[in-house]
Amino acid sequence: MDITPDSVVYWQSGALKINATLVFTWAVMALLVGGSWLVTRRLTTETSLPRAQNLLESIVEGIQGQIRDVTQQDPGRYLPFIGTLFLFIAVSNVLSIVPGFKPPTGSLSTTAALALAVFVAVPIYGIAAQGLKGYLKTYIRPSVFMLPMNILGELTRTIALAIRLFGNIMSGTMIAAILLSIAPFFFPILMNALGLLIGLIQAYIFSILALVFIASATRAHEEGKPDEAAYAQEETIDG
Amino acid sequence: MDSLELIAMISIIMAGATVGIGAPVTAIGEGWAVSRGMAALAQQPDAAPVITRGLFIGVAMIESSAIYCFVVSMVLIFANPFWNHFVGLAGTP
Repeated sequence: MDITPDSVVYWQSGALKINATLVFTWAVMALLVGGSWLVTRRLTTETSLPRAQNLLESIVEGIQGQIRDVTQQDPGRYLPFIGTLFLFIAVSNVLSIVPGFKPPTGSLSTTAALALAVFVAVPIYGIAAQGLKGYLKTYIRPSVFMLPMNILGELTRTIALAIRLFGNIMSGTMIAAILLSIAPFFFPILMNALGLLIGLIQAYIFSILALVFIASATRAHEEGKPDEAAYAQEETIDG
Repeated sequence: MDSLELIAMISIIMAGATVGIGAPVTAIGEGWAVSRGMAALAQQPDAAPVITRGLFIGVAMIESSAIYCFVVSMVLIFANPFWNHFVGLAGTP
């Protein structure tokens, strides 16, 4: 039994390996890019719009709404990064019910790469929002003694992000495989349905956590400003 | 008892113990979190989106410690480094 799709090697030449993770990552990327290219090729602003355009528009609107709810900022800046993370993880998790498809998120290499992308994006967004000095100041908040804790927290939350996604998806495929060998026919279907739910929740969690990390780096200096009251009011109106 | 048997026995016992201790403790914590979340929802149904989002994120973060236990036990069973090392030693005498 394979614990990760990394060990399934399709083609090898010297140190260069093409394993299942790479193949299915590219398949998911091709599906996403090709699908959205096909749909956005002829966009329309008429009153009657094609179904596919409606689908994409509602996805983008939904992600924008979530980003606006969490950060209380304009979603435009975060949408490309967070939306890409969410769509990639969600599509690769959902496709795991296709027979023969090994979800690339079930490999620690993919999830570590995604977590590293978040790890790099946090300082980039932070410096862009409040300058290098302002961003570095967030590390010595509330006092200088917290510096090691802050740095440690930054590292461990990246590792946690990677292992959480990997563990959830890997356990889903693993449990389905184990059940297939001891109780075939009915139970694997139930566990696969549960796996779909967990896959979507994990995609949501991953992107929301990335967003929370980025947002906390960008708006640390706004704490205690008078628009706190406005936030509170907005949240009750949203609810 | 030779080292391979010992490694296999301890690995399997520990794989079971890891999940057996890690999962219930996490489940208790998650149960607390969900019960408080439900109480908050019942008191303030208007704030449902905010509470639900917080609950989801919190539960997922708690859940990850159970997932770590599962990953460790899967590594012990399917990708045990000590087992592989000693099998490699036994293969090349």
